Amino acid sequence: MERKEHIISILVHNKPDVLARVAGTLGGKGYNIDSLCVNTTTQKDISKIVMTTAGSQSTITRIENQLQRLVDVISVDDLTNVESVHREMLLVHLNISPDNADMVKNAIDTNRWKVIVTSDTYTIVEITGDQTQIDFALARLETLDVADITRTGLVALKLDD
Amino acid sequence: MKLKGTQILLEMLKQENVDTIFGYPGGSVLDIYDQLYQSDIKHILVRHEQGAVHAADGYARASGKVGVCLVTSGPGATNTVTGIATANMDSIPLVVFTGQVPTGLIGNDAFQECDITGITRPCTKHNFLVRNIDELASTIKEAFNIARSGRPGPVLVDLPKNVMAAQTDFDPANVKFRNYDVPHKAAPKKIANIFDMLQTAQRPLIMTGGGVLLGRASEELTALAKKYRIPVTGTLMGLGSFPGSDPLWLGMLGMHGTYYANMAVSHCDLLIAVGVRFDDRVTGTIETFAPNAKIIHIDIDPSSINKNVTVDLPIVGYTKATLQDLLHFLDDHHYAQDDDTRDVWLREIADWREKVPLTYCSEGDVIKPQYVIETLHRMTGGDALITTEVGQNQMWTAQFFKFDKPNTFISSGGLGTMGFGLPAAIGVKCAHPEKQVVDIAGDGSIQMNIQELATAAQYNIAVKVVLLNNGFLGMVRQWQELFYEKRYSHTDMTYAPDFVKLAEAFGVVGLRATRRDEVESVLKQGLASDKPVLMDFRVSREECVYPMVRPGESITQMTLGSREMIN
Repeated sequence: MERKEHIISILVHNKPDVLARVAGTLGGKGYNIDSLCVNTTTQKDISKIVMTTAGSQSTITRIENQLQRLVDVISVDDLTNVESVHREMLLVHLNISPDNADMVKNAIDTNRWKVIVTSDTYTIVEITGDQTQIDFALARLETLDVADITRTGLVALKLDD
Repeated sequence: MKLKGTQILLEMLKQENVDTIFGYPGGSVLDIYDQLYQSDIKHILVRHEQGAVHAADGYARASGKVGVCLVTSGPGATNTVTGIATANMDSIPLVVFTGQVPTGLIGNDAFQECDITGITRPCTKHNFLVRNIDELASTIKEAFNIARSGRPGPVLVDLPKNVMAAQTDFDPANVKFRNYDVPHKAAPKKIANIFDMLQTAQRPLIMTGGGVLLGRASEELTALAKKYRIPVTGTLMGLGSFPGSDPLWLGMLGMHGTYYANMAVSHCDLLIAVGVRFDDRVTGTIETFAPNAKIIHIDIDPSSINKNVTVDLPIVGYTKATLQDLLHFLDDHHYAQDDDTRDVWLREIADWREKVPLTYCSEGDVIKPQYVIETLHRMTGGDALITTEVGQNQMWTAQFFKFDKPNTFISSGGLGTMGFGLPAAIGVKCAHPEKQVVDIAGDGSIQMNIQELATAAQYNIAVKVVLLNNGFLGMVRQWQELFYEKRYSHTDMTYAPDFVKLAEAFGVVGLRATRRDEVESVLKQGLASDKPVLMDFRVSREECVYPMVRPGESITQMTLGSREMIN
């Protein structure tokens, strides 16, 4: 069966250990979490977990069923085959030297990266986009002097239907 | 009304109609035990915390109520883990209260501190650490609610010492909690689908499992089978959900299933699986399981459906309600099986039964373990609650004791926990003091929780241990005989205590039979006693459990012992 990346959006009661329960359910059954994002929703006692995991459709269904068994899980939604928007974010620390100052400036301008902090010797930029855009940015960054990088997990939101 | 945490705990236990708890005191639960001292809740002091959980488990399985235990923090808590995992695999409702160090010390590696909610997260249905006295009452209520709702399971509640010593306002009539009960009712369309499938089926078969017992659906399942003459096989956990002496009963299927049950499931064209989860011990290799059948699967837990076996008609619902709906639908639509077709199918099964009946060979004076179980069945008239340990003793019991009533066979099916039977029997006897309660044990398993003989003796809980003593870890030895050219690596248990003397040392009656003609008199004496009894039956050493399906093979490929393999 075809293995495919799935985006799973999980609403949970914001109880102690809830992330450990969700992560442990997948880990304990032998499934891998590729990326993960968690925060509260507009209701502070309810959190949303968005994660990506790869597997065949039957594996994903099994994961959904296992997650539904958890007492603190309210709902599990597979956003893969529904219309939804996706974003990830990179924070990148770029070293600046006389040799590459123009290149860095050029990259920032042409890619419309958002500069958060800048000085003579370094700059920190914020890059957001969907997976393709992030992958493109990462390729572009390979030509620059990256000192440090942090990438968030993917967040996704279902379009109204 | 201001109450202390310890008082709230006992008030809440009363509210949940808890009359018996199994436990073991220690530093972190001293305050709770002090409160218990003044309470009328019956507390059974076990000799090891694992025993407390198995006893609560046995109590739950026999009574249908939630089993409760209470232990201290650290090692007291970790000793419960095997018991909790056992209950979790078999979906048994338990609430396990563990003591915890004061909240201010959590995380400091305090004396007898351990992260028991972390440790038990994967083997409980849910667990709680109560950090605040104001959450205590609602958490206890939620714990019981979670344990018994939907697919039942064990819930652990960790109680820090300072929380239990604190005080708060307590209004027993007004404890708020989240309700987790899942109102599952199968859609009428699905019931109609079963009807359609039954109408076209020529060789239907029912497969009953633990979910039928947990869902208290035995009556409905039995009615369905008998009214429409559908033969029934069952998993280990399903034993007793359909009368074992009924001609429609084919016995257990799977690795040590009967020849005719395995043949029937492999040749049926419609398999109605109720409250099962298609364990690998049941299915053999998945590809050849019920190869000709449309499969209907009724279960309360969606995660059990299409997990191991892909089914044609999945139905998520309570077994009882679903079977009731089905019975009504079949009645309303005047379903009637074609008697001739049914006769042909039942005749075919009867032929398999005649060809390879469930049997064993007698050898002179030697005590055959199967003979002991058959004799026990005869002498009790089947009217006994049976627990088992794990291994050959368990499989022979499943094969040779005919369970006619629900919740009379109590065994660790999923986890296969050696040492389960004796403490479980103690719990069962606490739930049904008037009943004959027998633990059918092996000499390996019994030594894993033998200390609980002291518990039985202290409270005169008159359980009867039928020890099938072959001086081996019998089931492992059997695998070594069949698959490892008889290299009996570390399975010889000849070095063992004198079980009769050991029983007597514990204050329990000890009896022994070494010859076949002694079996009946020992059983008679043991069963008649109003004290706990250990009966040491010296059985033939290298008896194997047959039929046997090799792991990873199709269940039609059975090794039948002295007879040749039959396809």
